[in-house]
Amino acid sequence: MGDFLLLAFLFLIAGVIAVPVASRLGLGSVLGYLIAGIVLGPLLDQLGVDVVAIQHFAEFGVVMMLFLIGLELQPKMLWNMKGELLGLGGLQVGITTVAIMAIAIAMNQPWPVALAIGMVLSLSSTAIVLQTLNEKGLMRSHGGRSSFSVLLFQDIAVIPMLAFIPLLALPELTGSVQHGIDVTGGEHAGGSDGTSFIDGLAAWQRTLVTVGAIAAVVVGGSVLTRPVFRFVAMAKLRELFTAVALLIVVGIALLMTFVGLSPALGTFLAGVVLANSEYRHELESDIGPFKGLLLGLFFITVGAAINFELLFAEFGGIVAMTLGLVALKALVLFGLAVSFRIRGVDRWLFSLGLAQAGEFGFVLIAFTVANAVLPPALSEPLLLVVALSMLLTPVLFIVYDKLIAPRFSDSQRSDADDIDDQGSIIVAGVGRFGGIVNRILLAAGFKTVVLDHHAEHLTNLRKFGIKVFYGDASRPDLLYAAGIENARMLIVAIDDREQATEIVRYVTENHPAVYIVARAVDRHHVYELYAAGCRDIIREHFDSSVRAARSALEALGVHPYDAERQTRGFVENDKKAMAELAALYDPEVPVHENPAYVARAREIMATHEDAMRGSSEIFGNRNERGWVPPSEADVEAVKADSGAK
Amino acid sequence: MARLLVYYAHPGHKHSIANRALIVEAQAVEGLSFVDLYAEYPRFEIDIDREQQRLLAHDVIVFQFPMFWYSTPSLLKEWQDLVLEHGWAYGAGGDRLSGKRVVLAVTAAGPEDAYTPDGYQKHPIRTFLTPLEQTAKLCNMHFTPPYVLYGSLRARKTGRLEPHVAAYRQLLEAIRDDRFDFATAAGRQVIDPDSIVELTGA
Repeated sequence: MGDFLLLAFLFLIAGVIAVPVASRLGLGSVLGYLIAGIVLGPLLDQLGVDVVAIQHFAEFGVVMMLFLIGLELQPKMLWNMKGELLGLGGLQVGITTVAIMAIAIAMNQPWPVALAIGMVLSLSSTAIVLQTLNEKGLMRSHGGRSSFSVLLFQDIAVIPMLAFIPLLALPELTGSVQHGIDVTGGEHAGGSDGTSFIDGLAAWQRTLVTVGAIAAVVVGGSVLTRPVFRFVAMAKLRELFTAVALLIVVGIALLMTFVGLSPALGTFLAGVVLANSEYRHELESDIGPFKGLLLGLFFITVGAAINFELLFAEFGGIVAMTLGLVALKALVLFGLAVSFRIRGVDRWLFSLGLAQAGEFGFVLIAFTVANAVLPPALSEPLLLVVALSMLLTPVLFIVYDKLIAPRFSDSQRSDADDIDDQGSIIVAGVGRFGGIVNRILLAAGFKTVVLDHHAEHLTNLRKFGIKVFYGDASRPDLLYAAGIENARMLIVAIDDREQATEIVRYVTENHPAVYIVARAVDRHHVYELYAAGCRDIIREHFDSSVRAARSALEALGVHPYDAERQTRGFVENDKKAMAELAALYDPEVPVHENPAYVARAREIMATHEDAMRGSSEIFGNRNERGWVPPSEADVEAVKADSGAK
Repeated sequence: MARLLVYYAHPGHKHSIANRALIVEAQAVEGLSFVDLYAEYPRFEIDIDREQQRLLAHDVIVFQFPMFWYSTPSLLKEWQDLVLEHGWAYGAGGDRLSGKRVVLAVTAAGPEDAYTPDGYQKHPIRTFLTPLEQTAKLCNMHFTPPYVLYGSLRARKTGRLEPHVAAYRQLLEAIRDDRFDFATAAGRQVIDPDSIVELTGA
């Protein structure tokens, strides 16, 4: 227990110190974690910590990341990507593998070894690249999407590679390696541990089991999740959702491992299936922190696992190999970018971003050693090359950011931004109030993201084809998942007044660009919302009361237009008084201890009472003065006036 | 029997003297449709289809209103803007009002002598009503010289209001009964209570 706490403490403190510093310096979080790992490395060595084992555990972060990516990806979008996915991804993996294999053969490696090295190094780092692209907001640019297609293809390609590598086994090595040792740990992202349950089955049975597992994920995802979540929602416990979200990811990863498929692929698929679900944002915000922490841990272990002894012993060779690898991969990517018409700044993003080897490289290297394909004498420096190339990636992104991107004209960039940043409208709460707001916005052709934590509301709205998400809008992380960062507007229409005020305060402080329309429960709530920073506040019962009054006036025989003007006058007066009092209101001071407020409120009350008693025409005069006919004297004056001219 | 429709537009109805007296008479005429536009559309949300149906169902359309700044009250202008649609009332295929008649019953605060070249309004009242006249023409409707009450604010005091109101009723009834001599009326600048007698053949 003490060990565990010590380790957790070390990893956390390293991350907490290194990442903000790296971010401040503009290096990005990934490099921060890597540096933290390098610093931590010797210490972990001293403590005799098995860094590689921790790394395998941390690779689960990659699984979670792919789940989250899947959630962002509607099945239709995935289908639209198929060309890039197979074309770009397939060619990248194929060409890079062959090129590296050729070089290895030229360096006197036997072809099976060369092929294995080619496959290992052809993969890029999903973890680093996607994390960085997301951080920089480049995921939706053309370069970002193409990068994602390639990474996704690579993640899928790992599966056949794992199946293929044992066939490359070198006879002279087989004796030295014991078969059946579970080198790769079994639960890591790479998937197959070679001892899974389907090993004993015939080929057709395996196929059947595989297809069955995928079908289970798809069907389970689309049919089972909703009732399960509704069931869990009844308990009204926040942590239960987190538990269910984790259960989904862990369960699918387990199932995939069981049948020898990539857990990353499985959870990705589940993510895609759930991309249309109303629980999407809830899942995102629940899994998000786990993913972030695990990926951070993963990067730390990459940094910590760097074998500096070997690096310094063969410094020149390893650095040369690393740079050569990055250059070769970038070249292949650049060529593909040209032939796939990825233009301008996106071409560079694509080429430089994917030029490293990836975390699956570690997995494959360990696997190849276990399967007697690579001799340890080769695998050690290879591991270093992979790690160093990953370490180089943030540097390449900095090169891209500082040197390349600024050289491309702004017009080209803003072009893409127009399509990417469609600034959505978030409607928090779709009960009677928010529901109407949402319907009108939709009818006017605006896109909304709807959040509500009443499972019943959501089911009903779904029946009408309205897109809604389950979640408590007062949680910043859920607002974040719903896209508050890029949102244009937030409609706060939830029932709870304190929570509504909290949301307004949080959003005005952290996202001042978001326009907020807030529902107020009553007059004092208006003042609270005003103090919290909202300037567009609508009282929930005010308009309906005014309409009721107008109806009453009409029924009493008042001319409808007079009734309209009478009530309009009331509304205008009330608004003015409200705005004046809101400015005087201080949320820290109770109203009755606020002398300025009390004094003005008394004055306003006095005029209102006069008007109510009918002793003043305050509501009428302002609005009717235009229709009061001029007096005879006025008419005479006009006549005299014009006559004189 | 002509089917008669009276549109009344006055935002300050409760302050009105002349128009209030006029609509009492108009509403008393049998077989006539009366619409108080400000009562029907206090929030200006004019129901275009319904208004067009109304127009189709009548032969003579009377607009009764006080002159505000040489024009109609704003709701009546809104009504024209929305109801007289292109392709319906005018323009290509817009012949649905063709052959119907337009009659104006207006009140003006200024005295009759103001609406002369030497008066402070400089122009005859017909000049200020040209937009409505041309609107009728564009819709292929027959425009009738307006039935005008000058000096409306003093009309009661000077004893002119009562004959004007009484003649208004005669006018409406004559139109309803096809007794009104539109042909002769067309030659006049304006119609006043005195001319009603000869024009209605009463």
